[in-house]
Amino acid sequence: MEVTVKTAKQLRLTEEEFELIKQKLGRTPNFTELCAFSGMWSEHCSYKNSIKWLKTLPREGKKMLVKAGEENAGLMDIGDGFGVVFKIESHNHPSAIEPFQGAATGVGGIHRDIFTMGARPIASLNSLRFGNLKEAKTQHLLAGVVHGIGHYGNCFGVPTVGGEIYFEQCYHTNPLVNAMSVGIVKNGETISATAKGIGNPVFFVGSATGKDGIGGASFASADITAESAEELPAVQVGDPFQEKKLLEACLEVIRTGAVVGMQDMGAAGIICSTAEMSAKGEVGMRIDLEKVPTRQKNMKAWELLLSESQERMLMVVEKGREAEVQRVFDKWDLPCSEIGEVTNDGILRFYMHGELEAEIPANDLVLGGGAPQYTREYKEPAYFEKIKAFNADSIDVPADLKAVAEQLITIPNIANKRWVYVQYDSMVGAGTATTNTPSDAAVVIAKPTNKGLALTTDCNSRYVYAEPFTGGMIAVAEAARNIVCSGGQPLGITNCLNFGNPYDPQVYYQFVHAIKGMSEACKKFDTPVTGGNVSFYNQNPDGAVYPTPTIGMVGLLDNVNAKMTMDYKAEGDLLFLVGTSRNDINSSEYLHKIRNVEFSPAPHFDLEEEATLQNKIAELIKAGVIASAHDTSEGGLFVTLLESGFNRNLGVDVKAAKGEIRKDAYWFGEAQSRVVVSVKPDKVDAFKKVIGNHPYEQLGQVTSGAIKIDGSDWGTIQSWKEKYDTAIENLLAGHESEHALSAL
Amino acid sequence: MKFGVVVFPGSNCDRDMQDALQNDLNQEVIMLWHKDKDLSMFTKDDCIVLPGGFSYGDYLRCGAISRFSPMMQSVIEFANKGGKVLGVCNGFQVLCESHLLPGVLLRNANQQFICKNVHLIGVGADRPLKIPIAHGEGRYYADDATLDKLEANNQVIYRYCNEQGEITPQANCNGAARNIAGICNEARNVFGMMPHPERATSEALGNTDGRIILQSLIMGVNAVVTEKAALVNF
Repeated sequence: MEVTVKTAKQLRLTEEEFELIKQKLGRTPNFTELCAFSGMWSEHCSYKNSIKWLKTLPREGKKMLVKAGEENAGLMDIGDGFGVVFKIESHNHPSAIEPFQGAATGVGGIHRDIFTMGARPIASLNSLRFGNLKEAKTQHLLAGVVHGIGHYGNCFGVPTVGGEIYFEQCYHTNPLVNAMSVGIVKNGETISATAKGIGNPVFFVGSATGKDGIGGASFASADITAESAEELPAVQVGDPFQEKKLLEACLEVIRTGAVVGMQDMGAAGIICSTAEMSAKGEVGMRIDLEKVPTRQKNMKAWELLLSESQERMLMVVEKGREAEVQRVFDKWDLPCSEIGEVTNDGILRFYMHGELEAEIPANDLVLGGGAPQYTREYKEPAYFEKIKAFNADSIDVPADLKAVAEQLITIPNIANKRWVYVQYDSMVGAGTATTNTPSDAAVVIAKPTNKGLALTTDCNSRYVYAEPFTGGMIAVAEAARNIVCSGGQPLGITNCLNFGNPYDPQVYYQFVHAIKGMSEACKKFDTPVTGGNVSFYNQNPDGAVYPTPTIGMVGLLDNVNAKMTMDYKAEGDLLFLVGTSRNDINSSEYLHKIRNVEFSPAPHFDLEEEATLQNKIAELIKAGVIASAHDTSEGGLFVTLLESGFNRNLGVDVKAAKGEIRKDAYWFGEAQSRVVVSVKPDKVDAFKKVIGNHPYEQLGQVTSGAIKIDGSDWGTIQSWKEKYDTAIENLLAGHESEHALSAL
Repeated sequence: MKFGVVVFPGSNCDRDMQDALQNDLNQEVIMLWHKDKDLSMFTKDDCIVLPGGFSYGDYLRCGAISRFSPMMQSVIEFANKGGKVLGVCNGFQVLCESHLLPGVLLRNANQQFICKNVHLIGVGADRPLKIPIAHGEGRYYADDATLDKLEANNQVIYRYCNEQGEITPQANCNGAARNIAGICNEARNVFGMMPHPERATSEALGNTDGRIILQSLIMGVNAVVTEKAALVNF
């Protein structure tokens, strides 16, 4: 078959890229070689349109044990001789087409990134975005994605401890499925994804290879269209039982000391793992493709190179110690084949029954090597005019605030997500410390130490849409605030940057400015970016999704028992708002969902103010003067006050502070940098001493169940809890509550 | 008394069980590999535990394959000689599939996996225990004659109840026959339950009700029952 520029275009390479390949090879590639470039130079593997800006993120810190992006996941020191390994990754495109397998394999893939480094995954989180929950399509996607995440994670045996879900129209065609995994590794037991040692054997371990997922990486690098469903084979199929065995076998084989390097096979399968491991070790590989165990007959060389069959690893083993490795995989009944060896000339050579099928310098394929890097144009999005034009005075303050609050509490973005999370095993591992005593971040015991890891994923993408720079800062700030409110110290972040088509200058503007905002905030909170992933092309003919830079943050508690919780403890405890109330309804759920305003600026945010607040909260916790801490977020102060009451059925009697602030802004506004704390009466003096000059407002006190707002009776915590708990379930069951979600 | 915890390739609560027994209850624990057969280090007073998880993937009926594993042949023999066996979650499913316990575990009534805290009440207990469940197929089912017999023999050891200890339809989280959460065999040496006591044995997790359940296994041997909540007549 003759390879031409037309072939290249069919494989989603550009004309310029085809020329570049010819130049690098000094000849026209054959079809198999072109396929290798197509996979490796896809957006998904090469980061060609994002790397320039990713490099501007703060990627260094004292506690980082590997450089950002150098390994499959970030690794940070937590003391006591242990490290935490973590990463977040998207599986948006597969989930849009086949939600169950798409989400399941997203979970499987991110766990492999963790245990390929020698760490045992101990927790997972996920960040999900869907369209309007009233629509059948959304309900189908939600059910499939949640089932897929549960199916994989529950069987694999890692608890799903946290996450977030938002429903917005812009995600109707392009749902976002971001999965994060967090693992623990003993210092010195980590394994690098580097091939070393000329003559060392290369092993292929794990599941047999089939035709599933061929071209998945390039599939994820294009917009979703009506024809996308025809690309179904581009979606992989997961087998969590196989991955569970692979996990145990990999951790066991690492302990033999016979493993030189290891990398999981994710996007672009064998070609990606051989190229990246070889390029990093500045070596080459000879691979005999017919030795790869297959589950389909007559697979061609290019199919073997690009297949994204799940639960597979590439492993370089010390020569002479093959039998030790074989023994471990035999024990776990997993295929383990020697498929080649490390060579000295930096060239990958793939043979099939002795025939040379492809010959490519490893470095030409990879990011940082020969893969192209582009500088993209950007310009201010046209819709910014509408955002700047918003005037809050055009929105009248409703007379019946209670009715508004009743609507607010049933908005799916705010209501209880229990329909989702009860389908996840959140307690396996017996280390989830926030099941019985909830905190703003999930807290997991870092066994075998007595430390705690505080984990969260955050991104309010409407804020990023409104103002990419500020929204990017808020995403990081909110994550850090959640960690701090749970008693942890922010350590570092991993990010999943979900955007539209990078060739659209207005989309790229969002990308660039969100990154700039994240950078500022990460520097302020001393939370380096340890790695992550970029997902472009979350776009369809109707437009792009909200720019969604999901932040996965890890924090550390030196003693897990020092955790701070978010629930009120007793009637009579006093309530304070730490921070400043603002006359601000911008981009709130209230303004967007109930008052139907699509365009308004991001809510008030000041990075200095936020950092001061977080330091003060940490100080209050350390001093032992507060009984609970919960930050205000979607739904504003009123929702925050309720949420802290649900766990123990305690109510509040609170009054708005005197001032010029409109009532809807006071109770439902989403100005940032505010935390509600409860204080035992005998600790009030101590509290005031610690808080010093920091701004705060006294709100009122905790009641045995009654909800009193500004002196009027708003019912009981039980009745609010009932609405909050059942809103999503009622919507899914088809019967809407009397407070119909008409505004949605 | 010592414990043996069987590790199937897809077990994922094996280490939690080991942790709970060893660290929280100070018991001797030996881990047992599914391909082995040797149980000669255990006596009748010891207890073999089948932990939770997805033993062999459970893509067929849960526990259907485990029943044929080498270790299960020895466990069945051990149980038939009067040795104690406890199955939790997947372990309970394995015990039913192995015919060491009557009945079967069907898909939950709502057809979904459920993970949350529930309440259990033992026969004669003075208060309900808060214990987590995490299963997709935990709806206990047996025909009426079998259920009648279980009740007549006092073999139903735990039922799902509400926070007040009342056995109600609303508290029946998975739709189990007669709210059954756990049973034992007629000889009272084989026990199976869907909820996970090993996930509720540590102060750091904010729930230690699971200790009472595991403790009663140990105390049963010494015939000392001090805490009434533990009164399950093992």
